Amino acid sequence: MTAANQETILELRDVKKYFPIRSGLFQRKVGDVKAVDGVSFSLKKGETLGIVGESGCGKSTAGRTMIRLYKPTEGQILFKGQDISNLSEEKLRKSVRKNIQMVFQDPFASLNPRKTLRSIIKEPFNTHNMYTMRERNEKVEELLARVGLHPSFAGRYPHEFSGGQRQRIGIARALTLNPELIIADEPVSALDVSIQAQVINLMEELQEEFNLTYLFISHDLSVVRHISDRVGVMYLGKMMELTGKHELYDNPLHPYTQALLSSVPVTRKRGSVKRERIVLKGELPSPANPPKGCVFHTRCPVAKPICKEQIPEFKEAAPSHFVACHLYS
Amino acid sequence: MSELQTTPSPEIRLKENISKKPETMTKIFWEKFSKNKLAILGAVILFIIIMSAVFAPLIAPYPQEQQSLLDKYKAPGLEHLMGTDKFGRDIFSRILYGARVSLLVGFASVVGSILIGTVLGALAGYFRGIVDAVIMRVVDIVLSIPDIFLLITLVTIFKPGVDKLILIFCLTGWTTTARLVRGEFLSLRSREYVLAAKTIGTKTHKIIFSHILPNALGPIIVSATLKVGSVILAESALSYLGFGIQPPIASWGNMLQDAQNFTVMIQAWWYPLFPGLFILMTVLCFNFVGDGLRDALDPKNIK
Repeated sequence: MTAANQETILELRDVKKYFPIRSGLFQRKVGDVKAVDGVSFSLKKGETLGIVGESGCGKSTAGRTMIRLYKPTEGQILFKGQDISNLSEEKLRKSVRKNIQMVFQDPFASLNPRKTLRSIIKEPFNTHNMYTMRERNEKVEELLARVGLHPSFAGRYPHEFSGGQRQRIGIARALTLNPELIIADEPVSALDVSIQAQVINLMEELQEEFNLTYLFISHDLSVVRHISDRVGVMYLGKMMELTGKHELYDNPLHPYTQALLSSVPVTRKRGSVKRERIVLKGELPSPANPPKGCVFHTRCPVAKPICKEQIPEFKEAAPSHFVACHLYS
Repeated sequence: MSELQTTPSPEIRLKENISKKPETMTKIFWEKFSKNKLAILGAVILFIIIMSAVFAPLIAPYPQEQQSLLDKYKAPGLEHLMGTDKFGRDIFSRILYGARVSLLVGFASVVGSILIGTVLGALAGYFRGIVDAVIMRVVDIVLSIPDIFLLITLVTIFKPGVDKLILIFCLTGWTTTARLVRGEFLSLRSREYVLAAKTIGTKTHKIIFSHILPNALGPIIVSATLKVGSVILAESALSYLGFGIQPPIASWGNMLQDAQNFTVMIQAWWYPLFPGLFILMTVLCFNFVGDGLRDALDPKNIK
């Protein structure tokens, strides 16, 4: 699954997504929530890029901006070289919607409770006018079988299924249009651990079978480690570090990544060296009022004076190891 | 990773599930609705009232306008089940015909105001921003005028009649529905299944009408049911004040108005009693059914 020298499928160039804060009688804009604040990276065909970060760091917003559920405030999103950041809904429908799909976090909220599985999974065909009625129904059953559900379930409603089964249905829906890129927004965090494994395994099988590219958003470091080829770490709307997963887990450069990794509980043999736990002080600052300079300096254990002044550049500190930190510039 | 399974694998679950008959929404709805005895009672009584209104010409022993001055103020008996009024008209027959007016005004105005309110509320809730601001300010303005005064003013401008009454109730009644639907849409529009429909490329009108609206239908139906009751009351009140349905056409409200004289109330107690009783019963039944529907349609109750 390594994807060196493969074509780039998605590229983000300094993408920002601000949500305006309005207040008062006339809904005047009084500020911005900087949910995503200048994120750049590229995604190669066939690879899995994991994005980790605390809740509220903007990883879900980033995912939703990439699939153009949100319009980016600034920056470019290139899908196979085409800038999709400003396309109208009509143009998106024609060119992009078929190729990028999403798997959502909450399997209980992501399926319309008033629709049967058949009409949920069939909807993309109706929208894009693909196949005849009979072919559509056959495809639905095929897809259900492929994600491990019995085709006879097609006439049922989502409430009859468990969380894991529902997530399979969500995956089936994402696969209907035969997309190239799937953005998985915390697809397993709402599931039991044993079910998580099943769903992850299913996703890995499907990736191989359909040659999918995944952008896998999660706060669970071990899940991301399992599924990803490369991992990006986000903090307060910014990408802090991005590199291959082994490099990241064995040799984290950014102090935030180090703290994050040290917080993962590990089982340790008796007598082995105790790993030092880095405890971050303070709370996650508000994205409506992020700290000046490096956004992490308020909690960074090794902050220098320059960190309060200048925003560190996101650059290559080691071969294909990107980091935004003054320690490495 | 997959070897350590504590919960049944999908294949095992599949066998459990497959024997069960699929539970449709309608079945769940009936199961819950039928548990509510008051709602069932209300529905049965309403059904009887509606049917007798529809078949009034067949059931009514006398034409509604047939006067017989010799028989005026007759107490209820075999000849006149609910007695007669000051012109000797049969009250039972007039109540049946009055039910037609009351129910027609009730249903038609509610259908109209629900349609207007749902469309405007849906637009406001889905598009937000300027659309929302404009629609909601109109709602605020209409709501800030007391209903009964607005109705009386409008009725004095247009000549009162069943069609005018329906029109007027539509024009004043849509506001609360619009607010309700807007609220539902505001909360439903950011649900993940709506986002999923967007990522598929589903067109906006389809998202509004086929994804969000069916999920907002429960509260809409409930409010419609409760509204029918309140419109019937409002029609009675207007007719009672003399601005509603004009005699000799019977409506429950103008029958009450006829009976408002104190001596009549004492001496011919049946005259105000029966129209009043029917208003009370109908409105009460609509409320019972509305409550039953609310419990049965609440999506939070679907396990």
